[in-house]
This record gives sequence, C-alpha cells and structure tokens, in this order.
Amino acid sequence: MSDVVEKTLTALPGLFESQTGAAKITNRLRQLIKSITELTSKHEEENLIKRELSAIKEQVSSPNTTMKQMREIMVRAMYCEMLGYDASFTYIHAIKLAQQGGVLEKRVGYLAVSLFLNEGHELLLLLVNTVLKDLQSTNLIEVCMALTVVAQVFPKDMIPAVLPLVEDKLSHPKEIIRRKAVLALYKFYLIAPNQVQHIHAKFCKALSDKDPGVMASSLHIYLQLIRESPDSYKDLTGSFVTILKQVLGGKLPVDFNYHSVPAPWLQIQLLRILSLLGKEDQSTSELMYEVLDESLRRAEMNHNITYAILYECVKAVYTIHPKAELLEKAARCIGNFVLSPKINLKYLGLKALTYVVQHDAKLALQHQMTIIECLDHSDFTIKRETLELLFRITNAQNVTVIVEKMLDFLCYVPIKTLTFAPDNSWFIQTMNDVFSIGGDLLQQDDPNNFLRLLAEGKPEEDDQLRLYAVESYLTVLKGHTSHLPQCFLQVMSWVLGEYAHLQESVDRREVIRLLTQLLDQRSVSSETRVWILSALTKIPEGQTDLILDLAESLSSSQDTVLRQQAQELRHLSQDSQLREWVLVENSCAVDSSLSFLDGFVSEALAAGAAPYKPPHQRQEELSLNLEPYSFSLPVSLSSCSITDRQSPTLLSVSSGLSGNSAELSTLILEGVKRVWGKDGYLPQKEATAPPVDEPSAAVQPASQQEAAERIEPRPEPSTQNQDKQQLASSLFVGLGVGSSVSLVRKLFYDGFTASLRGNVMDCLEARSTSVCHYALLMDDPHTNVSLTGTVSYQTQPGHTNTLPFSGTLSTADFIRPLVVTTEEYGKLWLSLSHDVKQNLKLLTDAGDPLRTTLNALKDALQLHVVDIIGSEGIVACRLLSGAPCLLHCRVNGAALAMWLRSPHPALPDFILYHCQRALAHH
Amino acid sequence: MQFMLLFSRQGKLRLQKWYVPLSDKEKKKITRELVQTVLARKPKMCSFLEWRDLKIVYKRYASLYFCCAIEDQDNELITLEIIHRYVELLDKYFGSVCELDIIFNFEKAYFILDEFLLGGEAQETSKKNVLKAIEQADLLQEVRALATA
Repeated sequence: MSDVVEKTLTALPGLFESQTGAAKITNRLRQLIKSITELTSKHEEENLIKRELSAIKEQVSSPNTTMKQMREIMVRAMYCEMLGYDASFTYIHAIKLAQQGGVLEKRVGYLAVSLFLNEGHELLLLLVNTVLKDLQSTNLIEVCMALTVVAQVFPKDMIPAVLPLVEDKLSHPKEIIRRKAVLALYKFYLIAPNQVQHIHAKFCKALSDKDPGVMASSLHIYLQLIRESPDSYKDLTGSFVTILKQVLGGKLPVDFNYHSVPAPWLQIQLLRILSLLGKEDQSTSELMYEVLDESLRRAEMNHNITYAILYECVKAVYTIHPKAELLEKAARCIGNFVLSPKINLKYLGLKALTYVVQHDAKLALQHQMTIIECLDHSDFTIKRETLELLFRITNAQNVTVIVEKMLDFLCYVPIKTLTFAPDNSWFIQTMNDVFSIGGDLLQQDDPNNFLRLLAEGKPEEDDQLRLYAVESYLTVLKGHTSHLPQCFLQVMSWVLGEYAHLQESVDRREVIRLLTQLLDQRSVSSETRVWILSALTKIPEGQTDLILDLAESLSSSQDTVLRQQAQELRHLSQDSQLREWVLVENSCAVDSSLSFLDGFVSEALAAGAAPYKPPHQRQEELSLNLEPYSFSLPVSLSSCSITDRQSPTLLSVSSGLSGNSAELSTLILEGVKRVWGKDGYLPQKEATAPPVDEPSAAVQPASQQEAAERIEPRPEPSTQNQDKQQLASSLFVGLGVGSSVSLVRKLFYDGFTASLRGNVMDCLEARSTSVCHYALLMDDPHTNVSLTGTVSYQTQPGHTNTLPFSGTLSTADFIRPLVVTTEEYGKLWLSLSHDVKQNLKLLTDAGDPLRTTLNALKDALQLHVVDIIGSEGIVACRLLSGAPCLLHCRVNGAALAMWLRSPHPALPDFILYHCQRALAHH
Repeated sequence: MQFMLLFSRQGKLRLQKWYVPLSDKEKKKITRELVQTVLARKPKMCSFLEWRDLKIVYKRYASLYFCCAIEDQDNELITLEIIHRYVELLDKYFGSVCELDIIFNFEKAYFILDEFLLGGEAQETSKKNVLKAIEQADLLQEVRALATA
C-alpha cells in the first residue's frame, strides 16, 4: 500500500508521544490508521474496517460509554466513512454528542454531523433544538459552533426556527459571531431566498461593519443579490468604490494582507460586484473608471495573487461601459497573460481573450502565433480553451482552417461554426468527417441541428445541398459501414428517406438495397434500425417486392417495435391510397403554439387547476413556522392553512384516533365542512357526452349547507357546463356520429360529494352500445363513499328511460404506491406536517415479522415498501393523483409502531384504519 | 466552491468537504473519477481542468493533492490561493505540516477548514484571525483536560 506513509510511520514514532492529552484519547484511531497502512490488499482493509465498525457499533450502544469515549468513537467513524465505508448507524450518535456533550464533545459532534448528513437528511430535524440552545448560549465557542453548523447543513424548513436568533447575532459585540451570522444568512439566502428578504436592511449594516471580516462576508450576499437584480443596488456603487479605494490604499489592518497584497479576496469580490453594476450602464460605469484604473496600476507585483486580481479587473473593464483608455490597458494585461511562460497564466490569458474577443475580435490577431502554438499544446485544458477561443472568432474566411483544427481535437465542432461553410461539398464532407470520427460522442443536438439545417432551407436553394448529401451518403454506404457510429447511420438514413427522390439518376432499388443491408448488420442498434425502417417507409412506392421481402424477414424479429414497423411497412406498400394519405409530401406542420391542447387546458382550469407559470415566475411556497418548539416543526405544504392550526378539533383529531368507525364519521363531517367553508370549492364531476339531443344534467352542490346534506340530482344546466359540453363535442367529434341511440349520462355521489371528483375519460360509441369511462379521484379521504348514478337514454325522441346504478368505494380503492428512494422519502418526511402514531398488530407467524407484516400491508393496500433497515421499515403511498402519505414502521416488542405523515390532515388516520383492518383480516 | 478534496499520491482520500448536497453514491463516484483524472496529469500541466460543468483547480503539496471544484464564472487563480492559504494555515498550526499530521489529526484539519471557509465561501482570510479562533477552542479543550486530570 502506501509505502511512503509506512516509512514515515516507522521513522516518526516520536510523533505519537509528543502529543499531549488528546493523543491518548485518539489512540484507537492511531492504531486503526497504523494497521490500515500495514495491510496489503483491499480485501484485508475491508475486513479490518468491518471489525472496526462492529466494535464501534457495540460501543455506541453500550450504556457505559462516556461522552469522552463517544467523541473518540465518532472520530473513528468519520475516518471509516472517509475510506468509503458505511457508518450510518453512528449518525444519530453524532447528533446526540452535539446535544449532550461538553464543548469538547460538541465540537466533534457538530463536525461529524456536518460531514455525515446532507441538507435533506431527516435526522437533522433532531439537531434543531440543540442548535437553538447553543445559539442562545453564553459560551462564545458554542455559539460559533452552532453558527458554523447552521451555515453548512441546515434543513430549509427549519430556517424560520433559527432565523430570529441568527439575525440577532448580526449585532453581537464579537466580530467572529457577526461574521458567521452573516455567512449563515448567506447560506439561507441561497437555499430559501424569500425567507431572508425582510432583513436586507441588516445586510446593509453588515456592509458598513467596522470589522473588515464581517464586511467582506456581507459581500457574498451582495454579489448574489446584485447578480439577480443589478438595478436595485445601483445606489450602493459609491460605497463599493469607496471600499475598494480604501483597500487599495492599504487602509485595512496588515492581517488581511496576503503576500503583501491588501485583502485580495475582498478586492476580487468588489471587482465582481462592480462589473455587474456597471454592465450596460454608462453613468454607473463612470463612477468606477478611476478605481479600476488604480487597480490595474497597483497590481504589478509578480505573484499569482496579483494576476488573480488583474484577471478580474480585465473582465470588469470589458464588462462595463467601455472606456478606451482602460480597454487599452486591459488589453496589454491580457497580452502579458497570454505570453507568460507560466501555464496557469497562459490558460487564464486564453480565457480572458475568449471573453474579450466578443467585444473586440481584433485583439486575437495580435496573439495569433501564441494561439496557434497553444492549439498544439500537450495539455488538454489549454487546447480546449484555445478551441473555445477559435470558435468565437470563426468567420467565413477562416472557417476551413479552424474546423480542421477542431476535427483534429476529438472532433469538437460546434455545428454553429459551420454556418460559415464556404460551399456545399465542403460542408457535407466535413460533416461526414465529424459524424464518422466524433460519432456517438457528439452531443445529442448536433445531428438534430444538422438535419434541421438540411430540412429548413428553401427547396430551390438547398436542393443542391441535399442532392450532394444524398450522393455522398450513397458513396459512404457502398463502402464499409460496420465501423460507422450509430448517429451517422441515423443521419444518413433520414436524409436518404427524405431526399433520395430528388436525385433522378439514383436507382431506388439501390437505395433500398443499401438500407436493407444495414439492417442485417449486427452492430446496428435497434434505435438505428427504427430510423432505417422509417426511411424505407418514405421511399416512394414501386418496389413492393423488395419491401415485402423485408417486412417478411422482420416479422419474426424479437424486437416488437421493429415488428410493428415492418407490419406498417407492409400495409403501406400494399395500399397506395393509405400511403398517400399517411405520407403526404411536405405535410410536416408543427403547431408550436400547442393550440391542440387548449381544450385540455381549459378543462383543467375549470376543474380548479392552477394556471401555468413559467419556472422563473414561480415563487417557492413560503414555509410558515409558527411553533419552533412544537413536535411537528415544518409546515410548508399549502394544503395546511392557518385555520387548521387554529381549529382545536382538527388538531386533536389528527393526533389521537383509533379505528373506531363512529369517531371516523364525525371526522368526515369535519373534513367536509372545512373544505367547503374555505373557498367554496366546487367539484367538477359532471359527465360530458358526445353530441346529445338535450343538455346533460349537472349536479353541482352550490352551497355549504347543501354539501352536508344528501344531494339530490337536480337537472339544471349551467352555462359553465354548456361550455364544457361544447368542448367535449369538439374533443370527441367523430366518435359518436351516426349512433341511433343517444345517451345522456349522469353520475353523482352521495352526501360526501366533496370528497370525490370525477371526470369523463373517454366515451366510445358504437351502433347500439356505448362505453363510458370515468376517472374518479378522492380529494378528502373517507372510509366508505357510496356512489350512485343514472344512465338516461332515448329510444325515440322525447321519451327518456332512466337506469339507476350504485356502488361503494373506500379510501383503500384510491391508494396507490408512491415510488420514492430512501432519500426522497427523507426529504418528503421532513416537509410533511400531519402525523399520527399508533401501535399495530405485528404478524409474528413467519421468520421476519417486520417484512411479513409490511408485505401483507403492501398486498392489501398497494403500498410501496421503500426500504427495510433492521427493525425499521419505511413505506410510502399516495391518494390517486392526490396527497402522499409516508409510513414509518418500527418493531416495538410484539407490536408494530407506526408513524404516519401526510400533508393531508385526515389521510394518515384513514390509512392507519385500513392498515389495521388489513392486519386484522390477515 | 462546490467541494474540496485532499488525497494522497496513492489516491487515498484524506479529507473531503462538500458544500453542495449530493448523495453518498455521487460523492464516491466524483471522488473516484477526479482522483484518477488529477493523478493522471503531468506535473508541467496547468492546475485547472474542465470537468463536467465544473472547473477543477488542484495543486500538489509534497505527497498531497488539494483539489477544489468551482463554477465557471469563478476565478481559478484565487482558488489556487485559497488552497495555498489553507496549506499555510495547516503549516502554522501543526508546525511544518506533513501528510501524517493530516491523517492523524484529520478532525483538526476540518476545524481549521471550517474557520477559513464557510458554506463554500472564504470566511476569514486573515491568517491570524483563523488561528486565533482555533486556538481559543483548543485552549478550552486543554483547560477542561487539566480540570478533569
């Protein structure tokens, strides 16, 4: 293994003894590390760590382990995790250590937490109270540790709980606390911007803090804020300029110097901010010319750090409103970079040049020779950056050379470059090279872009190009084809299929033969085969014999898609009328406005769906956290309104409930009332029918009172319904034509109407029968919901017959498995607020009671068992198109302790009820 | 900064700090790939490489590689200096640091890193201030150790 380490180990025995105090504690770690270095194989290491982990496991669960020992154990666990072994059983102990240990242990505990747990880990929830306590500690170190952990891993939903305390720390007398608080807020801003919006004024205070460290930290936030909306912070330009001037003038304590350059990190941060502020804004830019000039002038020393500043300065100069004098200086700087013998600087020079040539292409000319040299550089990174630069300066004159260079370099040719192509033959030839060399390494878009380029041209102009492509591809296909990449084969088959007919002289049989030949090759992927078959479909008729042979040979293929295509091919080649209808030339019209979805959209809107918002307009749901100390901390889902919280009945309902049906029925009423009281929600469940003689009847419980009562069908056509009907008739037009029996369907539900929502899925009409599918969704869960409906039909105009029908559905009918990963489960768990706990019967008749019980539940209720770890199992399900419900099951003696969570207040109770029933029936 | 990795010339991970939430599986994959890529590079090559959509900045100090992942708009040179400042801090704390110090006291190395960088951004660039913060916490440790002795 690592012989160097081993040598040093034997050479440095004194190192272990020289350490005081702490050395003893970490002795076990030393032993572990030492024995690992002595091992010779990975296998031995695995065994050793396995033993170590089981020792740790034993120790952590022993009640006699002291906090001090726990600290040492935690360090070992961290080490094992770093080596890539799973020590997740220690996570909970890391949290405990942070919670219960003294300062010393806390430090290790917090470190372990920040290393072990991700932002979304459910265990972090347990850390919140510890953090809150430590934030209020009088011990500075504890406060520091709490702030550090908050700025590293903290669940988004918990932010409101700690936010006030962190905010307070902004005015703490100690600068280290203020600094950490600022960075914690920065982190909060990154993960949940809307939660810290109200404290902008305090950021401003941090910016003017007398301590440079605090001020510098606040710049992280400002950079982010300004990047998002530069216009709102223009008034701060003056302050930033002043700060930069002071830094340059050496006004900061010498501590902040780095290799005798004053606060370089601060300078770079300020330069970035200034460039964002000055972008496309002449007056703001004018404020900063002077200080930028000074920056360029000051950074003369030959050290990396000054180059870092210079680079940022050059970028700023080229980003803001241009000033000739500064540009000239910046250009000279770039020259120094590019010409530097130091490879890192050369790289940055190229990068700067790439950035700058967009504004001033001439600059690249001065460095032609260096660029050419860099093109043949042995370092991949340099080469790539050079090509990036070349790509930016491509024009009609230099395209052939540049593309040649790019081809040399692993075929890195952005298709866009080729828009400058000098002539057709060159273009097609180059693309052939690109495809055959680069092949499947190309980005998915490249072949598509190329094909679009071919397809979108005007017929007269670009037929030449297409003709050339066809000819060239036929030549390629006549040669060896087995080495050609799939994407090239796909491109060729598409082009041949589309454009082979343009070329009069080409024998169609030849084309078919070449394409068929490809199909026989084993190296051709099934995706490519589909392309080839599509191409064959498009080649004009007349060669029926060849096509039929082909279809015949493929009809026994194992690939169902191919088989289907072959079948289609056969039909098309035999039925010329059908063929004409399907393959109309140039019939490809794409409705980019997606207007054909209008009907669907308006129906969804009418059913209460939220209107579409582009992603950038979406605001995250604001998480309200009213009780930071209460058991269920996060409240982030919209379904839980403030009124929920204020209603004592509901709170009690969701916490303590048994499977008693009497209790359940009162619950149901609560639920129904609440839904109706809130925003007068009207379920859209009316069936719509194909063209009918009379308007179909609507059942619309119009008011709150009625909802609680049993609702009788009231045939009362509303305007809304007529609209929907029109929509339906346009959607289903053609389906019901000619039927002599015209049907009117009605479907409605009993008193708990509010809980079900339905919509007609599709209606298929034939001469004498009609099948109608309804999709029913349960909005509010109930134990049982009875469903009644009528079918009305007319055998002769004016005479209507009615048939009633009914059925019963329960929540269990609407439960569907929710397939999530353990991690997603953890995240979701944290975001859910309504929980219920109950002990259930454990099926003990088999070897693994937990697994047996969960499987029984899974079979009975369509749950998804996410994971079973030891004595715990996690299970997830959801209401059909509705709220999810997560179940956490733990074996507790002879019982199964079940903990359910859902965004829906009543759902856990019902799922619990059904679980109980399922287990009782088992 | 997205993450920082320290690994030896033999490819052994010595320290890892992730500033973006990733699954363990991803972390392992990234580490494996990066260690391979960086170790394969020749000494004369530049300290930067483009990797996925990130920029990797690395530097070798004796037998240890320090490797940071930054975003494209970040400044590569200043990241190199961040690495250097971290090495300086370790050096000052341990007194001419070597790989062994970091192996045996990796938790200390983490403490120092946490005082220097927080949430992926430079928190305190003054060497004196960082070490002061660490020393204060260490001091407490010794006081307690004495008290219990």
